[in-house]
Amino acid sequence: MTTPLISLNNLSVRLDGRLILDNVSAQIAAGEIVTIVGPNGSGKSTLLRAMIGAVPAAQGTVRRAPGLRIGYVPQKLALDAALPMTVQRFLGLPKRVSASKAKTALELAGVPDLRDRQMTRLSGGQFQRVLLARALLEEPQVLLLDEATQGLDQPGAAAFYERIEQVRTDLGCAIVMVSHDLHVVMAASDRVLCLNGHVCCEGAPQMVADAPEYRALFGSGTRGTMALYQHKHSHTHDHNHAQDTSH
Amino acid sequence: MVRAALAGLGVSIAAAPLGCFVVWRRMAYLGEATAHAAVLGVALALSFSLPLLPAIISAALAMGLSVSLLRGRGYAMDTLLGVIAHTALAAGLVTVALLSDVRLDLNAFLFGDILAVTKSDLATIWIGGATILALMVWRWSALLVSTLNPDLAQASGIDPKREELWLTLAMALAVAVAIKVVGILLIAALLVIPAAGARPLARTPESMAFTAAIIGSTAALGGLGGAYWADTPAGPSIVCAAALIFVATAILGPIFRKG
Repeated sequence: MTTPLISLNNLSVRLDGRLILDNVSAQIAAGEIVTIVGPNGSGKSTLLRAMIGAVPAAQGTVRRAPGLRIGYVPQKLALDAALPMTVQRFLGLPKRVSASKAKTALELAGVPDLRDRQMTRLSGGQFQRVLLARALLEEPQVLLLDEATQGLDQPGAAAFYERIEQVRTDLGCAIVMVSHDLHVVMAASDRVLCLNGHVCCEGAPQMVADAPEYRALFGSGTRGTMALYQHKHSHTHDHNHAQDTSH
Repeated sequence: MVRAALAGLGVSIAAAPLGCFVVWRRMAYLGEATAHAAVLGVALALSFSLPLLPAIISAALAMGLSVSLLRGRGYAMDTLLGVIAHTALAAGLVTVALLSDVRLDLNAFLFGDILAVTKSDLATIWIGGATILALMVWRWSALLVSTLNPDLAQASGIDPKREELWLTLAMALAVAVAIKVVGILLIAALLVIPAAGARPLARTPESMAFTAAIIGSTAALGGLGGAYWADTPAGPSIVCAAALIFVATAILGPIFRKG
C-alpha cells in the first residue's frame, strides 16, 4: 500500500467545549470513494473540516500527504448578495483561471453554459455543480463533498452522484463524501464509514448496511428522511434493513 | 483647496477596496468601532505626549484585534461592537476633558478639517493610502476566498484568521489616514457608502472596488466643491455627496442593467 492521502489518528475534536469527534481513526487512500454516514450531529461535517485543517484537534493527529491538493465542496455556501460574483470569477478563486479551463471544468461538472451568470442567480443544483467545478479546478488528489446533494431533488441527486463517479474515473482522485442519501451513496462507494461521534462501523457498503451498529442507528425505528428514502428503494433488496414502523 | 482635493482623492481611492470588504463581510459596525477607538488614541497621545499618528493607529488596531478575539464568545457581534465602540468613544472624550492643561480642537477630530490639511498631512494620507492599497492588492484573492467561506479558504491552504488580521491592520491605517478628511464620526460612512453605491453597477468584486473608487473620488471633489460654494462643513458635505450618488445608483442601477 502507498501512504494514505489523509490519515486521522485517534482524533478527538471539541467545539465550544462539546466533544464532537471521539477517538476517530481513518485513512483515505488514493482513488477510493469513501462515504461517511451518520445521524444529525454525529460529527460528519466536522470530520471533513478536520481533514482540511479547519478545526483544531483536541487530541490525536490529522496528517495530510505533503503538498496534497484538496477540492472541497462545503455543505452550504451563503453568498452575500452584496458581493457581485460571476461564475467565471468564482472559479478563478483563489487562482485565476482562463476562460477555456473554466469551461472544461463546468462541462465536467455538467453545467457548461453558466460562465457569465451571477452566482446569486443560480438554482440550488446549478450552484452545487459550480462549487464542484471550482473544486475540480484545484486538480484535486482528493475531493471532499459535504452533503453535496442537499437541496437537490431525487433525480438531481442521482445525476450528481453519477457525475461524481465520472469525475473519479476521469481524474482518478479520491472522493470523500458526507451524505444522507444512503442508498445512492452506498451503491457508489468503495467504503462506508458510519459515524456517531466515534466510528461505529466501517467497511464495504453491504457489510456496513448489515452491521448491527449501523442498524441500531438507521434501522427500525428511525424517522425522517433516511428511513423514508430507504423505503422507496426497498424493492431492490432481499434483506429488509430499515423497517420503518413509524408511519 | 488643491491640497484638500488631493487629500480627499487619496483617502477615497484607498478606502474603496477596503470599503468593499466592509460591505461584503458586514463589518460596517467594526469600521465605526475602529474609528471611535481613535478618540481614545488621541486622548492617550495627549496625556502621555506621544506622537499622534502612531497612537491613533495603535488604538484602532487594538480595537480591531480585541473585537476579533472577543467574537463568538456568546455575544452577538453588533451587541459587542455597540458596547466597545461607544465605550471607546466615551472614554476618549472623558479623558480629553480631564486634560485641563491641553487645549484641543475636538471638533477637528470628530468631523475632520480637510481645509486645514498641511503638506505633511498630505504626505501621511498618500503614503498611508498607498500602503492600504498595496496591502489590498497583495491579499486580494486570499481575502476574497476567506470572505466567501473560511473553510473553502482553508482547503486551498489559506488561513482565514490571518487574512482577517491583514484586514484589521488595513482598517486601522484607514482610520488614521481618514481622520483629517472626514473625522472620526464619518469614517465608516466613507468606507461603506461608495462601496454600497458601486454594488448595483458591478458584476465582479474587482469592478465593484474600482467603481467604489470612482464614486468616492467624485464624492470627495463634489463635496468639497459644494462645501466651498454653500459654505458648509467639508467632511459632512463629502459624505452627503456620496449618499446622493448611492441613491442615484440604487435607483438607476436596476434600470441600467435591464437595458
